Amino acid sequence: MEHHSNIVPWQMLAKEKGIKLDFIRIDDNGLLDSESFQELIKKRPKVLSLAHVSNALGTINPVKQMAQEAHTIGATVVVDGAQSVPHMPVDIADLKCDFMAVSGHKMLAPTGIGMLYGRGDLLEHMEPFMGGGEMIREVHLQDASWNDPPWRFEAGTPNVEGAIGLGAAVEYLSSLGMQNVRRHEKDITEYALKKMQNVKDLVVYGPRDVEKRGAAIAFNLGDIHAHDLATILDTQGIAIRSGHHCAQPLMERLNVPATSRASFYIYNTKREVDILVRALESARRMFRV
Amino acid sequence: MSADLYKEAILDHFRHPRNYGDLPDANAQAREANVLCGDVIEMQLRLNGDRIDDLRFRGQGCAVSMASTSMLTELAKGKEVSEIKRLGKKDMIRLLRSDPGPARTECVLLGLKVLKMAVYAHLGVKMPEEPDAA
Repeated sequence: MEHHSNIVPWQMLAKEKGIKLDFIRIDDNGLLDSESFQELIKKRPKVLSLAHVSNALGTINPVKQMAQEAHTIGATVVVDGAQSVPHMPVDIADLKCDFMAVSGHKMLAPTGIGMLYGRGDLLEHMEPFMGGGEMIREVHLQDASWNDPPWRFEAGTPNVEGAIGLGAAVEYLSSLGMQNVRRHEKDITEYALKKMQNVKDLVVYGPRDVEKRGAAIAFNLGDIHAHDLATILDTQGIAIRSGHHCAQPLMERLNVPATSRASFYIYNTKREVDILVRALESARRMFRV
Repeated sequence: MSADLYKEAILDHFRHPRNYGDLPDANAQAREANVLCGDVIEMQLRLNGDRIDDLRFRGQGCAVSMASTSMLTELAKGKEVSEIKRLGKKDMIRLLRSDPGPARTECVLLGLKVLKMAVYAHLGVKMPEEPDAA
């Protein structure tokens, strides 16, 4: 269920270092298969990398328990927090993951900035991946020594305006309270899932239980191609995403070329869910599904 | 983007594509996928000299790509190769009688690209880089 951004870099590393990639299967409800996870843990992987929340299914993965198990065999745990940090309270210390990546543009901040958390003692022993200003302590003609983390990994002029924008977004979301953000999204997701259930020929992917999912709802309506559905909804002022959601292996698993995805955030209302559902009904009639 | 993109004609061609299927005595063919959305179209042509005597297509994709290809096959039947080479985006939009906008341009042009690929392959000539510029 991973986003390409949590697949392709590992494939690149596999080519470079010869590491082997294994994937945890998902069940038909869009949840990670715990048996499959246990099988893979027995192979003693060096790294467990997974999304906290799936961008394509909405699934919230039990990262804390999985990290705990992975740590017992000495694996490093990397978490893609791009879909969790903007939408719910996330306590990295409690999750006990070793790394977590977050995108700014998924949480009201500008593009081109994000956050990467790394456990201090791990960063301490890591070599820089890029050379330039700020990441050095001393430079001589033939060698150089490195600055402390995090500067060691921040070569060159920083994205200052992006960082200020991200800071403002964090302050704003904190002022709302992440508990409240999560409560609002849960509320609206529950409402949307209930309403969408009544649309004939609508197939919703991912878990139904709002405790186990975020507010991104993927679906297909009859045999209407996701791109057609997105265009029809767009003409009615409804912005959804259509396509493979940067998750082509998941589309293969679901056996669909693409899906449509409605995602709700702090500014969305139940009234807008009603408008979406009405538009889905009209698309169904238009296409004579 | 216009609200009436999904007019009767487009939906009719999507639900009942014309010239759909295989052409057993084809002497030219091509297949292409849109990497962005995964739509796939293949086309088989029977050329008689420079004339397209008959053609068929098969495909999987959205209503816009399927309908525009279906409409294109009706237009192309009986046409000279030189006429096919000159077809471009404007002609496709005229066929659809609607401009689906920049986000859907690839869907509108996929069928035409496949038709031209088949024609150029038959002629043994390299297809020009930007045949869609017209």
